[in-house]
Amino acid sequence: MSWHLEVDEHTCIASGMCAALAPELFELEDVHANALKPDIEPDELALDAADSCPSMAIRVTENGTEIGPRP
Amino acid sequence: MTTTSVEPVAYPFDDGESLVLHESYRAARTAPGMFRVRLPFGEPAWLATRYADVRIVLGDSRFSRAAALENDEPRLRPHSAHIGLMSMDPPDHTRLRTLVAKAFTVRRVESLRPRIREIASSLVTDLVAAGPPADLVDAFALPLPVAVICELLGVPVEDRPRFRVWSDNALSTCRLTPQELMASRQQLAEYLAGLIAQRRADPADDLMTALIEARDEQDRLTEQEMISLCGNILIAGHETTASQIPNFVLTLLDHPGQLALLRERPDLLPGAVEELLRYVPLIAGSSFARYAKEDVQLGDVVVRAGEPVIAAISAANRDELRYDDPDALRVDREVNQHLALGHGVHHCLGAALARVELQEALRALLAGPPDLHLAGEIIWKTQMFVRGPAAMPIAW
Repeated sequence: MSWHLEVDEHTCIASGMCAALAPELFELEDVHANALKPDIEPDELALDAADSCPSMAIRVTENGTEIGPRP
Repeated sequence: MTTTSVEPVAYPFDDGESLVLHESYRAARTAPGMFRVRLPFGEPAWLATRYADVRIVLGDSRFSRAAALENDEPRLRPHSAHIGLMSMDPPDHTRLRTLVAKAFTVRRVESLRPRIREIASSLVTDLVAAGPPADLVDAFALPLPVAVICELLGVPVEDRPRFRVWSDNALSTCRLTPQELMASRQQLAEYLAGLIAQRRADPADDLMTALIEARDEQDRLTEQEMISLCGNILIAGHETTASQIPNFVLTLLDHPGQLALLRERPDLLPGAVEELLRYVPLIAGSSFARYAKEDVQLGDVVVRAGEPVIAAISAANRDELRYDDPDALRVDREVNQHLALGHGVHHCLGAALARVELQEALRALLAGPPDLHLAGEIIWKTQMFVRGPAAMPIAW
């Protein structure tokens, strides 16, 4: 499980894009989204979700280095 | 408890020729249950007006947009048509959306900010140099987003007059006959096909090239889908921003205290844009109907499977259950999570771009002509999906 997912609750605007794009990785609660599992196997969908978040609230890291959103 | 025994109310409530949110929305929000409404065409629908309910209708996967094509969907136009991403559900929707979403990331759009600032600034300089009065729409609000989307997409700016016609046609409700509408759509499609052919021969660093590569190298979308996507982006990419710029200016002019605060505190600009997005009722008629795929509880009402719901975003954005003093414009409000850019899978694709354009537009106008004011009657757009001035005379 080498990738780590984080959703910043304060930045999240609850658009639901991540949960729509990657329902196995993210869920939208009342106020903000959450990563269903904080540690996952590498999955490009996580990077897609981080890229697509309208408020850049998702971070994907690999061994502490930020890999998503992509540059 | 439901209100199905009541005769549906005619909807939309007004003709879209002002920025006043119709008082029927407040009545709908505070009444128990939901209004039943009837649009000019199609079957009656529920009208969701509370923030909590609208959020469910837009975000919950139990509601479908694709089902609208299989039903007599409540609508503003005589005929229902497949309109691209907005007519699709996951997983088909997801496939197309992911493809193009990568071009509209916050990162990519932020990298365009300096260029957008430059365009905005130069338009204001020209406007001021030409002397008052000016038409804010023609001189600034329309050229800015058009220039930006043309660069993003890879379309020559010189072709703008042709777009204006096709775009106005695409966003009109009843002005054209179905044949005229189809002909216009066809002309735009042919134009885009021509551009795509040029890009295939001569790739560039733009969205159109990226989409062509996705098609040709990865076979991730059909030619038709690509043309349709480019068309949607082109139109959505400028009409909405071109409407909101004059809408925002008008709203600020109507709230001089707030305008003064913003001039004093330019750091409030991003928050001010969010508040203006919340406050201005952009949608002129109605949002696109969502169909329940199974029974869904919305407040006191059980929406049955197969029933359509119209989500009134502008009403939800003024919900007193969600916002303090919701009908007051407060540029320093710590607004978060308004629904002006939608919610769920169809959340505005261009949201990041819209935000940057609106911020830079206001920045340039606030820094530009001093004592900006209205200098005549506004001519409102009519029979369009979005409301806003078609012409707005200003002076300084």
